[in-house]
Amino acid sequence: MEVTISTAELLTTDGVPLKQSLRKAERRNKLRAFLLVFPLLFFIVVTFVMPIGDMLLRSIDDSQINSVFPNTFKEYKNWDKAADELPPEEVYKSLFFELANGDKRQIGKALTRMNYAKSGWKSLIKKTTREIKKIVKKGEEPVSYKETFIKINKFWGDPTYWYSFNQMVNDRSSIYYWNAVDRTYSEDGDVVLQDERRRMYIKTWFRTFKVSVYVTIFCLILGFPVAHLLANLPLRYSNLLMIFVLLPFWTSLLVRTTAWIVMLQQNGVINGILVWLGIVSDEGRLQMVYNETGTLIAMTQILLPFMILPLYSVMRVIPKSHMRAAQNLGAKPAMAFWRVYLPQTIPGISAGGLLVFVLAIGYFITPELVGGKDGKLIGSWIAYHLKTTLNWGLCAALGGILLGIMLILYWLYNKIVGIDNIKLG
Amino acid sequence: MALPSYATPIQRTYYYFYLFFCAVVFFFLIAPLFAIIPISFSVSPFMVFTEGMLAWPPDPEAWSLRWYKNMIGDCSADVVSSTVPCSTKWMVGTVNSFYIGIIATVIATALGTLAALGLSRPHMPYKGLIMAILISPMIVPLIITAAGMFFFYARINLVYTFTGVILAHVALATPFVVITVTATLVGFDMNMVKAAQSLGAKPMRTFFKVIMPLILPGIISGALFAFITSFDEVVIVMFMASIDQLTIPKQMWAGIRQEISPVILCMATCLVLLSIFLLTTVELLRRRSEKLRGIKPR
Repeated sequence: MEVTISTAELLTTDGVPLKQSLRKAERRNKLRAFLLVFPLLFFIVVTFVMPIGDMLLRSIDDSQINSVFPNTFKEYKNWDKAADELPPEEVYKSLFFELANGDKRQIGKALTRMNYAKSGWKSLIKKTTREIKKIVKKGEEPVSYKETFIKINKFWGDPTYWYSFNQMVNDRSSIYYWNAVDRTYSEDGDVVLQDERRRMYIKTWFRTFKVSVYVTIFCLILGFPVAHLLANLPLRYSNLLMIFVLLPFWTSLLVRTTAWIVMLQQNGVINGILVWLGIVSDEGRLQMVYNETGTLIAMTQILLPFMILPLYSVMRVIPKSHMRAAQNLGAKPAMAFWRVYLPQTIPGISAGGLLVFVLAIGYFITPELVGGKDGKLIGSWIAYHLKTTLNWGLCAALGGILLGIMLILYWLYNKIVGIDNIKLG
Repeated sequence: MALPSYATPIQRTYYYFYLFFCAVVFFFLIAPLFAIIPISFSVSPFMVFTEGMLAWPPDPEAWSLRWYKNMIGDCSADVVSSTVPCSTKWMVGTVNSFYIGIIATVIATALGTLAALGLSRPHMPYKGLIMAILISPMIVPLIITAAGMFFFYARINLVYTFTGVILAHVALATPFVVITVTATLVGFDMNMVKAAQSLGAKPMRTFFKVIMPLILPGIISGALFAFITSFDEVVIVMFMASIDQLTIPKQMWAGIRQEISPVILCMATCLVLLSIFLLTTVELLRRRSEKLRGIKPR
C-alpha cells in the first residue's frame, strides 16, 4: 500500500491556511480581552497615574520663576563670578524692567520660591519694586541701574543675594529633594545642611521608619500566635473567631482612631481601670495619647489584621503531621517548632511584615490625630505643605521620596508573594 | 488542637499561656470598638464612663439619647449643651457620604467587573503589567494620591467639586472590585461559556444568563468593598472637597480635632453596626459563591 503524505499546507474550509486562520483567531481573542480591560485601564491612567506623574514632575519643576525673570537669568549666566564682585550692569537693567512690567501675581509666586533659596528676598524685592515703579512713573531713566538698585537698598550690593540665583536659573531643579532631606544649596552651589532650626525632615523620616518597624514587630508578636490558633482550630470555631479579626478590618479608620482616643486619654477607660485597681494614683494618670505611644498602640491595632490574614492563609496549609513527625524523631517541641514549623511560615511572615510596614510608613490619619506633637509621621508634613504653606514643590518631593521607598518595597513584595496574590478577607 | 493526654506540666502551662495570650489579643482587637457604644448613650458631654453609668443598680439619670438626637439635627432644649454645638451637619454629611459612595460604587463595579473578565481570559496580553497598574491606587499611600490628584485636578478645575471626589473614589475603589471578581473567576468553568455559545447564545446573553449569576456573589462583595472604601475615605475628601461639602468621615475628623463631643461616638456606633452588617453580608456571599462553584468548605 502506498502512503502519500501531503506536503501542502492544511487549509480550513474557507481555503485559508490553518496556521494563518488560527493566528487571526488568537489575535481577535487578545483584542477582545484587551477591550474588556481597556475602559478601566484608561480610567486609572487618567485619574490616577497621570496625577502621580504630574506630582513627580512638579517636584523638580522650577520653570515658573524662569518665566518671570527670563532676561535677568540669561544675563546672569554671563556673570564671571571670579572676575567681578557684583553682576554686570545688564543683569540689573533686565531685572529693573522685569520688575517694573511684570505681572504682580506671577512675581508674587516667584518671590515665594526665591525665599526658599534665601530668606529676605521677598521683602527686598517688594521694597525695590515700589521704588522702581516710582522712578518709571516719573519717566526718569537711571544712568546706572546698578547704582540705582544699591541706592534703593544696600543689599543689592551684597553678592550673597546674587549667589542664591544660581539654584534658580534652570527649568529643572533638585532643590526640593534636597530640602526634603534637610539639605540646601550654599552660596557656591554646594549641597550643605540646613540651619539648625530648619532641620526637621530627617528627624521625621527616622521617626517614620522607627514607628513602622516597631508597629511591624508588635503586629508580628501579637499576630503570630493568633494566626496559629485560627489555622489549627476546627473550622466552625475559627470562623467565629475570625470575626474578631475581620470586624476591625471593616470598621472605619476614624472610628477606630476615635475609639483609641476614648480608651487612652487621661480620664479614659484604661486610666480609669488602672486608677480603680490602684495601680496608678489619681494624679499620676498615664499620658498615653497625643504622643508616640498613642501612635504606636493605635497603629498596631489598626494594622494587626493585615498581619494575621496572610499568616493565617500560609499556616492553614502547613500539614499538622510535620510537627508530630519532628517530635517522633526526637525533637523537643521547641526545637520542632523552630526547625520545622517556623521555616514554613516565612512566606506569611514576609508578606504580612511587608504589608504592615508599607501601610505604616504612608500612614497619615491616625498619627495626625493621636500623635500629638512628637508622634507625627512624614505624611503629616506632606499634608501641611499641601494645605498650609502651599510649598507644593517640597510637598511633591516628600511624596516622591515616599513613593520611591514604597515602590522598592512592593517590588520586594512582588518577588516574594506576587502582587496578584493579594486576597481580601 | 487540644492538648494530648501525655503533655508534661511545662507543656500544659505553656499551652494555657498561649490561649491566654490569644484571648488578650482578641480583646485588644475588639474592645475599643465596643467600649465606645455605651459611652455614646451617656448624659455627660465628655467622652468618658461617668460614675452614674458604672453605678449599681443602674442609674437611669446617667443614660440618655440626647447625643443621638443631636446627631440627627434635633436641637431641642434637652439636647443642647453649652460645649457641644448642634447642627444638621451630621445629616448633611450622611446624605453626601451615601451620594458619593453609591455613585462611586456603581461606576467602580461596572469598570472593575469588565476588567476582571478581561484579565481572567487566557489570551490577555501584558497581564502582569496591567494588573500592577490597576492595583496601584490601593498600594500608593493615600496622602500621596491626594497630593497628586489635588495638583492635577486643580489644573482642570475639578477640585472642590463632587465630580472630582467621585472620580478619585472610583479610582481608589476599583482595585477591590478587580481583586474580588478575579478571585471568583479563578474557579470558573469556561466550558459553560462554550456550552452556552454552542447552543446559540450571543455574547451578551451568555454574560447575563450564564456568567453573571455564577459570579454575582463576587461582584456584590466587590461592590461592598468599593462602597466601604469610598464611605470611609477622608484624606481625599479633606483636600478635594470644599469646606461645606461635608461627609461623615470629614465631619468626624473635624469633630476629633476641634470639638471632642460624644456625638462622634454616636456616629461611630452607627458605623460599627454598618460594618457588622457588611461583614456578615460578605461572609454569607463568600459561602454562597463557594457552594455555587462547587468548592467544599475546608
